[in-house]
Amino acid sequence: MITSHRPALGAALTAVLALTLAACGQSTAPGSPGTSPGTAPDDALSGELVVLAAASLQDAFDELGAAFHEAHPGVTVTFSYGGSSGLAEQIVAGAPADVFAAASTSTMETAVHGLQDAGVAGADALSPTLFASNSMVLAVPLANEAGVQGLADLERDDVTFAVCEEAVPCGAAAVRVLQAAGVTAAPVTLEKDVTAVLIKVRDDEVDAGIVYVTDLDESVTGIEVPADVNTTTSYPILALPEAPHPETAAAFTDFVLSAEGLAVLASHGFAAP
Amino acid sequence: MSRRRVGHRGVPAAALVPAVLAIAFLVLPLLGLALRSPWARLGEILTTTTVRQSLALSLWTSLVATAVSVLVGVPLAWLLARGRFPGRRVLQAAVTLPLVLPPVVGGVALLGVLGRRGLVGRYLYDWFGTTITFTPTAVVLAQVFVAMPFLVVSVEGALRGADERFDEAAASLGASRWTTMRRVTLPLIAPSLAAGAVLTWARALGEFGATITFAGNFPGRTQTLPLTVYAALESDPDAAITLSLVLLVVCLAVLVVLRGHWLGQVAR
Repeated sequence: MITSHRPALGAALTAVLALTLAACGQSTAPGSPGTSPGTAPDDALSGELVVLAAASLQDAFDELGAAFHEAHPGVTVTFSYGGSSGLAEQIVAGAPADVFAAASTSTMETAVHGLQDAGVAGADALSPTLFASNSMVLAVPLANEAGVQGLADLERDDVTFAVCEEAVPCGAAAVRVLQAAGVTAAPVTLEKDVTAVLIKVRDDEVDAGIVYVTDLDESVTGIEVPADVNTTTSYPILALPEAPHPETAAAFTDFVLSAEGLAVLASHGFAAP
Repeated sequence: MSRRRVGHRGVPAAALVPAVLAIAFLVLPLLGLALRSPWARLGEILTTTTVRQSLALSLWTSLVATAVSVLVGVPLAWLLARGRFPGRRVLQAAVTLPLVLPPVVGGVALLGVLGRRGLVGRYLYDWFGTTITFTPTAVVLAQVFVAMPFLVVSVEGALRGADERFDEAAASLGASRWTTMRRVTLPLIAPSLAAGAVLTWARALGEFGATITFAGNFPGRTQTLPLTVYAALESDPDAAITLSLVLLVVCLAVLVVLRGHWLGQVAR
């Protein structure tokens, strides 16, 4: 009975190492792919196009992806949405992606510089294009039991609020808004992307959250942030130099920048760049 | 020692190849982490306030989570191993469910019960004005939720394997149930209890998904070391690698020390 503990111990050690590693794991939420890939003999474009996009672009890009698939039935568009800086990190690490759409120019610069440092062919000639802009809004739960009326209420002791962590664009924007409004109170949590902030507000776990104007939907109430303290973020898009499908990637960025693409973005609340 | 050497010679060659593959698979990633780590910046990274805070938070929350798990997990394991009641198998499966549940789902489940609008949490909020979410308490609860099953499973297994005749002998000599448990059974299963506790602690130390979902992420309050690693991956990847190594070294140090203890105890 006593010696039988030894194999158990070995197994325990192995499991511990595995678990510790699991702590460092990172996952990306798979986006909704288009419908099944078809073939169009009159269309040269085909294959699976992988687009990494900021979490705040999800609704607009899902629609853009469906429209692009309609125009090019041979192409299946797969999205991976997340915090822009995490996506930039994946791109620099060599994630097999075709297009990157970020929520801030600085995050895009990080990605471009990372690719240049890594010596990726063609990385020196990259020029991301701005395609949309966004501003911030105060989101409160539908019940709004705390009675939050504006940014000043965030200073109240009984009001809790969430923002993105500063490394992601929505967090950097939130910091600028709070500073401009003279709010010194700290949030209770720094979420990893804007969707996480929105969920905390929607589920009424916090009294308020700072999110993008375009994130507002019927699940939360939006309270306008005055223009003099608000901040605008620009969205750049880039066909990646190591894209497995360079032609399709270029076609997709062109489509986003086309009149049709910009109209879809406008319908989701994005302003012109 | 001599017994071990004989045992080693007995491993067939056919088993050695997959074993070496397994070792390579488990150890090479750790080696890669060590090689990519910016050792020159180690001191600078370890002395930042955020890192010191998260290391301290991780250590004390994981130790408290382990203590809580032992306090309630051992009696639970006892109930499952020795209890005779209907629905025991279902209960057995239910309490080990967190082992297979994705931790993020665990966090959502905890929010559903203890969140401000949760089944229990709403009364805590309405009656006492307190919320558990976004506090170190939430960190400990998230860790207990995902880690305690490790303790329950190993202690329950040991109790099943333990010879009940020792208990009967103690009882026949007049020992009460409580004394028998304390003086006979628990010492018998001590090695398994220790192994289970270390597994629980290590799992709690590495906990990420349930913590970020249920406790949020704020430096100094709920940002444990794994959450700091995740945040650093976005802003300072070098620091993230170094912090992962710190997590590994802390775990390894404790495991090596405890392993020495066990072998001293076991190799009688």
